[in-house]
Amino acid sequence: MTDKILKAMTPKRKTAVNGKSPAMTYFVVLAAYAVLELCIKTGIMSSHLQGLLVPMVYYAIVAVGLNICVGILGELSLGHAGFMCIGAFGSAVFSLLTDGVLPDGLRFLLAFLVGVALATLFGFLIGIPVLRLNGDYLAIVTLAFGEIIKNLLNALYLGIDENGLHASLSNQMALGLSPDGKMLINGAMGVSGTPHDANFTISMVVLLIALFLAQNLVHSKHGRAIMAIRDNRIAAESIGINIVRYKMQAFTISAAIAGAAGVLFSHNISTLQASSQYFGYNVSIMILVYVVLGGIGNLRGSVIAASILYLLPELLRGLNKYRMLIYSIVLIVVMIFNWAPAAIAWRENLAAKFKAARKENV
Amino acid sequence: MKKTSRVISAVMVSAMAVSMLAGCGNSGASGAASGAATSTDAAAASSAAGSADTAAAAASGKTFKIGAIGPLTGGAAAYGNAVCNAAVLAAKEINANGGMNGYQVEVKTEDDELDNQKSVNAYNTLKDWGMQMLVGPTTSACSIAVSEYTKDDNMFQITPSGSAVDCVKYDNVFRVCFSDPAQGTASADYIADHKLATKIGIIYDSSDVYSSGITQNFVTEAQAKGLTVVSQEAFTADNKTDFSVQLQKAKDGGADLVFLPIYYTEASLILQQANTMGYKPTFFGCDGLDGILSVDNFDTSLAEGVMLLTPFAADADDDLTKNFVAAYNKDYGGTPNQFAADSYDAMYAIKAAVEKANITPDMSVSDICEAMKTAMTQITVDGLTSKGMTWQASGEPNKQPKAVVIKNGAYVSAE
Repeated sequence: MTDKILKAMTPKRKTAVNGKSPAMTYFVVLAAYAVLELCIKTGIMSSHLQGLLVPMVYYAIVAVGLNICVGILGELSLGHAGFMCIGAFGSAVFSLLTDGVLPDGLRFLLAFLVGVALATLFGFLIGIPVLRLNGDYLAIVTLAFGEIIKNLLNALYLGIDENGLHASLSNQMALGLSPDGKMLINGAMGVSGTPHDANFTISMVVLLIALFLAQNLVHSKHGRAIMAIRDNRIAAESIGINIVRYKMQAFTISAAIAGAAGVLFSHNISTLQASSQYFGYNVSIMILVYVVLGGIGNLRGSVIAASILYLLPELLRGLNKYRMLIYSIVLIVVMIFNWAPAAIAWRENLAAKFKAARKENV
Repeated sequence: MKKTSRVISAVMVSAMAVSMLAGCGNSGASGAASGAATSTDAAAASSAAGSADTAAAAASGKTFKIGAIGPLTGGAAAYGNAVCNAAVLAAKEINANGGMNGYQVEVKTEDDELDNQKSVNAYNTLKDWGMQMLVGPTTSACSIAVSEYTKDDNMFQITPSGSAVDCVKYDNVFRVCFSDPAQGTASADYIADHKLATKIGIIYDSSDVYSSGITQNFVTEAQAKGLTVVSQEAFTADNKTDFSVQLQKAKDGGADLVFLPIYYTEASLILQQANTMGYKPTFFGCDGLDGILSVDNFDTSLAEGVMLLTPFAADADDDLTKNFVAAYNKDYGGTPNQFAADSYDAMYAIKAAVEKANITPDMSVSDICEAMKTAMTQITVDGLTSKGMTWQASGEPNKQPKAVVIKNGAYVSAE
């Protein structure tokens, strides 16, 4: 029964949700990659901007991940920085353990899988109790989860020597590490010495994979079931959609994508600390800002918004102390432009005029 | 209708993006040009051929370009501003006295907001500007992150105040301050050698690299010297206003000295709360306590008898310190702290090494770095933070820690 209904909802051809074609999104991302890569190769891109590319892409990835949760599933998550943190620490520890043992490419691939798997596992575990509930509980629990993960990692000491792994929650001395042992996680000082594996090309590949996953999910039977839950839970339940299962599916995928962004985070810079400025709730909210300003449920919009809003404060460096002020003003302007009724009316008016003018010319 | 409005908004967004990229494309090109001016690398020179006039102009100017990085905004802004201001101040003095090896010095400062990634961004910005040597970053974690990049570029880096061990793990990185282990060990040695106490309580910030690093080494050395650590209690950056539990534990353990390897803001609260509790042990700290007398609304009589191990005291009466403090106060207002002194010394260390190895601004970044690596180990600098500072090839400075004690609201030598 359910299958039939969901099948009946299937559009004749693969058109986009909200008038967006999925192919266009890949095209935009690939075109941006080609242009930026060309700028790097010809040397016209400053090294400052080159350094910003990888972080820009991993924030775009986590925004895509969060958009699955917020836009497609319609549940608010304030803990995506926490999933990023798990992906970052899991993969960094794996890389430290196997550095020199495995060839670099294979090690990074495995570290990537470990990071994503850990984030997925935590997403799954968090989802089991919370996604059974209605209302805003997910937001509350994920907010707490992000903070708990951060604080646990801040207190965790992990080392390895010939006797195996040692862990402690009090201090480094309590590990009883032998002199030639190696610290993996040094409490609040975090992980240092992660190899620098992530680069722009790898990040773009991950972004494309994330977009591919997200877009195919949206256009699949599962995606339609998830959106049916978002639009009307009771109606969805009445036609026999397993609410908890589909919610879990969307949320776990969302967490996995955030974990992938975390892997890129930790392998882009050699020191990693679980402090508020990288993985606190403010970061989760910043990612939510990317999603909201890019358009809830609009995957391409998330990528564009994350890229611009990440680059903006950095590109305004020349303005020194005023840049944070300008950044906030830009946020407000974008918000008004996207969402204020008057701005929408003005935009549509302008578009209509543009269209009319074009018709006259033809 | 709706579709077209989306198209329009997409066009506007891309126009915005393009204009931004165009803006930084320009700055990138000029950055590459000034880089080429100082580089003997043929490829770099040819890539900047399009803007040869700017390159020529930069080449005829012939100045040393030194970058400084620190948190200029946010909670740690006091440290970053101190480092950057003092570097600019030192450059001004050096230029007025004939420059480094006869060449003028330009200093450019960048904000890293105490964020590793932003610190690397700041480093890249400075590299585009044509930086040849780096003073900074100010804090340990940022310094470690940036050192990965300076190593790849073979750029000379001297961090004024990055005290974690890993800051100088590459041979192109040197530091001015003591390392955390050195401070922890020196503090324990000082307490044991001067028989200040036998039972010690520690209150430290476990979320801070500086504080945890000192604590670990202090505990190890204290045990070796026969001191008993009766309590070792941590707080974190998110929870640093109430210290009554930590103080009570130290009191219950019978500690007659409380070791505070933390920054002065929290220390001032600890002193107030200990006073309320009627607990009066000796308080002993490291250079982070420097500045405790200038905390707003703090009754400085509570700090009476507090001892700290610091390389710099702004009220020292030697001419060098007096001149520095006066000049800093004139240009930026306020009293310079230890970070400013470290940064000022870093600039003079660079000057000494540049003159020792006869380095000129037209050498490539990598050649400068190679020459500096050797020269740094051959110089002796009489700076604000120590007399007769020398450097090891590992990047660690050799200098004597000084203990000061607070008496009548001023820092005086403890000897």
